[in-house]
Amino acid sequence: MKLTKHFAYFDEGAKKEIRRATLKAVAIPGYQVPFASREVPIGRGWGTGGLQITLSLIGKKDVLKVIDQGSDESVNAVSIKKLVQSTTGVGCTDQTSAATIIQSRHRIPEVPLTKEQVIVLQVPEPEPLRSIEKSEHKTKTLHAEEDYSGAWLQLFEQIMMFGRTTTNANHPVIVNDRYVMAPSPIPRFDNEKLHQSEALILLGAGREKKIYAVPPYTSVRSLAFDDYAFLVENFKGKTCRLCGAEDVFLDELVNETTKETEYQCNDTSYCLERLNNETTEEVGEYV
Amino acid sequence: MFEQPLLQVKNVTKKYGAGCQKCMSYCSTKLIKNYCSTCRTVYACRNVSFDLYTGEILGIVGESGSGKSTLMQCLYFDVEPSSGIMYFDHPGLKEKNLFHLSAQQKRLIRHKKFGMVYQNPIHGLKMHYSAISNIGEKLIAAGDRNVAKMESIGNMLLREVEIPVFRSKEKPLHFSGGMQQRVQIAKALSNNPPILFLDEITTGLDLSVQANVLDLIKNIQMEYGVSMIVVSHDLAVIRMLADRTLVMLDGEVIEEGLTDQILEDPQHLYTQQLVYSLI
Amino acid sequence: MAYVAVKGGTKAIEASLNLLNYERIKAGKIIEVETIMTTMRSLVDQVMSESSLYSPFLAALAIKQAEGSMEEAVFLLRAHRSTMPRLYHSEVIDTKDMFMERRISASFKDIPGGQVLGATTDYKHRLLDFDLVDESFIENEKWLNTFKEALPVIENEKQLIHYPKVVSYLRAEGLFPTYELNNKNPIDITKENIQFPIERSARLQILTRGQTGAVTSLGYASLRGYGAIHPTVGEVRYGKVPIHVHVPTETSTDIEDQYYIGEINLTEVESFVPITAKDKDGVDELQFEIGYGACFGKNETKAIAMSILDQCLEHPEVAFPTHDEEYVLLHIDTVESTGFISHLKLPHYVTFQSKLDAIRNVKKEKASDEAN
Repeated sequence: MKLTKHFAYFDEGAKKEIRRATLKAVAIPGYQVPFASREVPIGRGWGTGGLQITLSLIGKKDVLKVIDQGSDESVNAVSIKKLVQSTTGVGCTDQTSAATIIQSRHRIPEVPLTKEQVIVLQVPEPEPLRSIEKSEHKTKTLHAEEDYSGAWLQLFEQIMMFGRTTTNANHPVIVNDRYVMAPSPIPRFDNEKLHQSEALILLGAGREKKIYAVPPYTSVRSLAFDDYAFLVENFKGKTCRLCGAEDVFLDELVNETTKETEYQCNDTSYCLERLNNETTEEVGEYV
Repeated sequence: MFEQPLLQVKNVTKKYGAGCQKCMSYCSTKLIKNYCSTCRTVYACRNVSFDLYTGEILGIVGESGSGKSTLMQCLYFDVEPSSGIMYFDHPGLKEKNLFHLSAQQKRLIRHKKFGMVYQNPIHGLKMHYSAISNIGEKLIAAGDRNVAKMESIGNMLLREVEIPVFRSKEKPLHFSGGMQQRVQIAKALSNNPPILFLDEITTGLDLSVQANVLDLIKNIQMEYGVSMIVVSHDLAVIRMLADRTLVMLDGEVIEEGLTDQILEDPQHLYTQQLVYSLI
Repeated sequence: MAYVAVKGGTKAIEASLNLLNYERIKAGKIIEVETIMTTMRSLVDQVMSESSLYSPFLAALAIKQAEGSMEEAVFLLRAHRSTMPRLYHSEVIDTKDMFMERRISASFKDIPGGQVLGATTDYKHRLLDFDLVDESFIENEKWLNTFKEALPVIENEKQLIHYPKVVSYLRAEGLFPTYELNNKNPIDITKENIQFPIERSARLQILTRGQTGAVTSLGYASLRGYGAIHPTVGEVRYGKVPIHVHVPTETSTDIEDQYYIGEINLTEVESFVPITAKDKDGVDELQFEIGYGACFGKNETKAIAMSILDQCLEHPEVAFPTHDEEYVLLHIDTVESTGFISHLKLPHYVTFQSKLDAIRNVKKEKASDEAN
């Protein structure tokens, strides 16, 4: 008993429903559109929201890049890539600029995205107000009535207690001056890449059954008080030990021999590209 | 020329139950206390009307179950009245029945124009946030986005209500009942609201603490000229604070007038009992 | 010369999958899907129920592939379900037409039609049966023959008994309110998004596909004190019900034009819960309400627990978590709960780096404050 598989795994009815939710999400920037959320062959919480968006959008000519925490080779990124590839046969790439669809968990690539590209972010908890209000029914009302004092209050309390905001990843943003949105746990460093992005940004939460979006050229501001500027992770004076990059998000590593703290590009394909460019520069055009 | 009332409340009714022909064709004598024996509808308040003028304190007195707290909740949009009108003398809101505004507009009015002090501080405060943040919350909700400004307003108000500044970053959870109540008052005042609602704010406090809180209210009224509606079952509280008073019984206003006048010359039998019990 | 990416992840996954396969087959034994289907019936039922896909064969295959892990087997079947177009829905099943195999009431001794104990482990002492270690086909065959000979013979259809529902008897007595038939189409929670507060049809679907253990635990918590429902099991029935579909392209609504597509085993529970309600004049009176539970296959504990939770969720005014539909319904799904718990195994390097940054900054702030 063998069964043939559908292109991009889902039956067409399921894909249409996901696309409808996605279109609605694009039409109302930052608004969480509920959708039925199918089960997929990877675990809930392992990128099923992003995967459903990717599967519903992908066509035969697309080129896919999947990263997990900045890495193309992270096991879960590989696993997702394998699934999409085996059900669609599309080509995959590590190179950010070569991809048409980029599915990512917790990072936006360092290479600026273009209007030809779609980035799909995997979201574990789409509700930016959940830590303030546990009931879905009530948070929905707060969004509808644009009452975001709870989100601001959390930041205010942090400033009162610690002298500054202490958010880490997932610092809430306001999209198109209307909806407060969880940017998925991307580091604060990446929040600025959401603002006026050329690429379409889609966010999918499979377990929580929500799809939301930031359409191209949309205003996205990180929540910050007038006199306490929004601050990104600070890598001042630190450079990548491999490619020497500055102004990128760095992973902190301990050199096992010297026991010293070293830094390395979190975006592995970016680092690799830089290394290769350097080589080219050194040896001229000769490859 | 007459002064325009700041708040006009007309025929506010809140009923629990569907109502039937008998009780809907309004005639209070057909009800037993405030409920209809035919359809068992409870009329928490019935046809309550009054005006509130700038800078005055209006007292509402009545026993528990008289509907005074329900009325207050209706006015502060915590509870939706079954029918009635509320006008607020404010640019852009004239001639508009506040009860018919959208939930979002109501929220804004609550945050910017009204202040509320509940009997139980648990309803007015976030017990797990610091006292200063509790005040900040109201300012944030009213649209403030400057931390330094909000912090200085907060500290000023906490001083005003005699909470030592070194405790401003503690959670109200760890405060005494009287202190919690004073934080609530500071919070309600934070956005300088034209109207303040006070619901049984001294109930449950020690006598000495009660006096302290009442003094505070009196001072605030003199200093800020804010209009207040004070609900209490305790005529002593009303006597101390209110310029004018409504007496409520079984959901209805049975008597109203200057507080002095009501205390000196009560007309309704119930008011007479109430006044004599005070003396 | 150019740098190339290290394909560590790809290689690691490959090796891991090989190892997994090795672990499965290294003992040199093969279990047939057929064997699982016929001898692990409870497991098969549970997998079908939690994955909301009725197919004993596919469930057995999933169990084989998952090496007996419930969460994996349900997950496999659910994922498979996502690939299948859903073209029809069945006609309403009336469980009074059930081919009963078992039916008991804890409320009434003498229910019309009588109590039918059927096959149950309820009164089987839980003693390990060491004879099963060396079970023999011949002995089993002998036992079966004797068993069959003792069975009564049904000669014609007229001898078949349909058992009326216990509740219909009580309803006729006026102990239960009667309701108009609600013919509104139910929400399909696998195709439509759900939004709270949700309809009972959606609630029942989520409950019936809930993880058996989770549904049981919450039902139990509600009984023990974290809930305000005190039910009596009105009826537990188990048996086969026929499924018919109506082809929407055909205009006829005649029942004769429906297609019979098979039968499923079903457990159904109706719990009776006394409540005070207002009559049409608003006067308090004591009434019964029904908590409803039903699930694929035989799983009476789950169905009873479901009936308790159904009734709890009908009364959201009660301040227990078991009466809070978001609390109950958002946490009992096996694929969702196991998925999210296990996702904690994924790397969180970036988020942790971000956390480190936040904590270091606070420490710096504090140090500079103290220095001043």
